[in-house]
Amino acid sequence: MTAGNVFFAVCSIAALVGALCTVLAKNPIRGAMGLLLTIVGIAGLFLKLNAQFLAAIQLIVYAGAVVVLFVFVVMLLGPDAGLAKAARDPSARLARALAGGLMAVSAIVTLGLVLRSADKPARFVNVSAQHGSVEAVGQQLFTKTLVPFELTTALLIVAVVGAIAVARSRHQARKEKQSPSPTRRFFHGPLHPRDAGRPLTGEEL
Amino acid sequence: MNILGNVVEHYVLLSTVIFTVGAIGFLVRRNVLTQLMCVELMLNAVNLTLVAFNRRFVGDMNGQVFSFFIIAVAAAEAAVGLAIVLSFYRLKQTVFSDEADQLRH
Repeated sequence: MTAGNVFFAVCSIAALVGALCTVLAKNPIRGAMGLLLTIVGIAGLFLKLNAQFLAAIQLIVYAGAVVVLFVFVVMLLGPDAGLAKAARDPSARLARALAGGLMAVSAIVTLGLVLRSADKPARFVNVSAQHGSVEAVGQQLFTKTLVPFELTTALLIVAVVGAIAVARSRHQARKEKQSPSPTRRFFHGPLHPRDAGRPLTGEEL
Repeated sequence: MNILGNVVEHYVLLSTVIFTVGAIGFLVRRNVLTQLMCVELMLNAVNLTLVAFNRRFVGDMNGQVFSFFIIAVAAAEAAVGLAIVLSFYRLKQTVFSDEADQLRH
């Protein structure tokens, strides 16, 4: 048992426990923490697979941005985020359970097939330290896959603009139109309707 | 035991289990936030498979570059999905996907 074996075991157990915690948690905050554990475990597995660059990206993007976004939304929604109401439609509940069971059966069959075919597994070959480094991934990213990379920037900009457009409250905008804020009333337009359009005289200036 | 974590099969098995947990969670849970987290779980499982196969068949970085794109798409998906959750909560005062039936009636 080498250190690499132990590292793999620890990371995979962390990822599995985190995944189960995400699905089983009643409180979405706990679910987000489970997701965080899974992400950190998978980042560790990326390190084991000589993908240092992706491990760093995984931690920065997922643990640093996505999970924080989830936690922020749970905080915004407050206690309503976890309150469960009784299912309205029993047939929908049955359909959900059936779909979940079907997925479980298909996964078990897949697992059995994978296990049966893996009687003589091939070990990983040794690779140079360049495999998975920033240089190697960046080299490919900016030559062979330059067009998809640039399109990703467009996707991210569209996603940001779309998220703002969807999440912005229209309620607030309408209220603003109906009764402007005191500051706005104070600084905007004549103090009395009678004065609208009348030029100021010398005394008033 | 020296083989543990040094063959691609172990990673594929782990990734299958994580993907299945995510898929069952997506189907069974009704909280939209939990469902979005399950989508992230499934994307992570796929990333793990891609990187493991890239380690098995060395030569280029295709698997890792593809995984990089998946991470970018997942971040965009999370942002837009959570914005929709906020909008839905403003409309219905709940985050349960059973209540999202505006297109049914």
